[in-house]
Amino acid sequence: MAAEEYTPTTTEYIQHHLTNWTYGKLPAGSYCDGAQVQESTGWTVAYCSEAMKAMGFNAIHLDSMAWSIGLGLVFVLIFRWAAKKAHSGVPTGMLNFVEIIIEFIDKTVKEGFQHRNPLIAPLALTIFVWIFLMNLMDLIPVDWIPSLAMWIAGDSHFYFKIVPTTDPNITLSMGFTVFLLMIGYSIAKKGFMGFVKELTLHPFHTNNIFVNILLVPINFALESISLIAKPISLGLRLFGNLYAGEMIFILIATMYSAGLLIGIFGGFLQLGWAIFHILVITLQAFVFMVLTIVYMAMAHDVEEEDQFTH
Amino acid sequence: MNINLTIIGQSIAFIFFVLFCMKYVWPFITDAMAERQKRIADGLAAADRADKDLELAKEKAAKNLHEAKQESAAIIDAANKRAAKIVEEAKEQARVEAERIRTAAEGEVEQEVNRAKEKLRAQVAELALAGARKVLEAEIDKTKHKSMVDKLAANL
Repeated sequence: MAAEEYTPTTTEYIQHHLTNWTYGKLPAGSYCDGAQVQESTGWTVAYCSEAMKAMGFNAIHLDSMAWSIGLGLVFVLIFRWAAKKAHSGVPTGMLNFVEIIIEFIDKTVKEGFQHRNPLIAPLALTIFVWIFLMNLMDLIPVDWIPSLAMWIAGDSHFYFKIVPTTDPNITLSMGFTVFLLMIGYSIAKKGFMGFVKELTLHPFHTNNIFVNILLVPINFALESISLIAKPISLGLRLFGNLYAGEMIFILIATMYSAGLLIGIFGGFLQLGWAIFHILVITLQAFVFMVLTIVYMAMAHDVEEEDQFTH
Repeated sequence: MNINLTIIGQSIAFIFFVLFCMKYVWPFITDAMAERQKRIADGLAAADRADKDLELAKEKAAKNLHEAKQESAAIIDAANKRAAKIVEEAKEQARVEAERIRTAAEGEVEQEVNRAKEKLRAQVAELALAGARKVLEAEIDKTKHKSMVDKLAANL
């Protein structure tokens, strides 16, 4: 469990597991029941969620960043190695595996995205593999790495979350990056006016220009909501699924301290949930990728706008 | 669940990884795969071609074999015919030679007979003369025939 010298309550245990290792600009003051006293405003590691709240936006989740970048590097290094070794002969071992993934992504992209854009396939590949790797951390028993981190840090309050996709910052940032690409390509392909027309002359449209002008605000409200909903749903779907999955793993982990019988039962539950979760993490990575491809295809579709111009 | 700078950090990392992937990963692997695809397609086409070639070669071989058989049959036939002809010719020659030898022998025999006849003829004359002489010697009486011989001598 969490530490040697103190035994946390179940609530504390769960909360501890759901808190990030946060480094941020802490305003002067006393936090965490006096455990953390900041004499002057400055950058420091937060000791408790109260301090994290006080930091506001000027903070960074070191664990999320380290794990996501680390896993991103794992992805990039494996695939770069494969790219260097790629040849037209018979592929073996790891190269074969990488090629299977590439082929799968390539097929999915070609089915969903008919335009020419060299960015989309690598984007889809990065999303799929990176999110999959980050989700995969969910399958590591919840206490292993956090306990190791606490032992290394020598601090029983040390926060260390290893699943980056259970941090909404991570998932939303990917969602919003996709969103920016979407808007960028929309404007690039349809022109700024085309993009505005798409937002204002859709879905309600008549041939009477005055009625159209009246419909513009309604259309704009509907369309902008659906547009904004895309990145948020993209990010929150992934976050929600993984957060819930992680939460269940943590709840199962609390059973281990509740007696031998319940502990053994918890072991089976964890195994079952982990096996089910293999499906969930793959599916979530896949869903994120497919939706990205679909949104990109929508951004490139010029025909959709044509029907309003005649 | 605080939204903070992590969102920006992660966005930067995301963009970096996507760009890296686009520049240094994706094209290399897909190119290699496309090239392999082409090689495999070429290989399959070559195999198809080889199959067809084999088929053709088999057909050609069968045809050649058939032709060779026909030819050999024709040769054997011709050889047989020729052999028969040679035998026939040899027979004819032998017959002619035999005839010639026989004729020559016959001629010789006739000549020999003739010679023998001549010899005999000559000897008959001699014998006749000898006989006649013997007879004459016995019959002739010098006295009796003196006048006749004399008469003969007188005619000379």
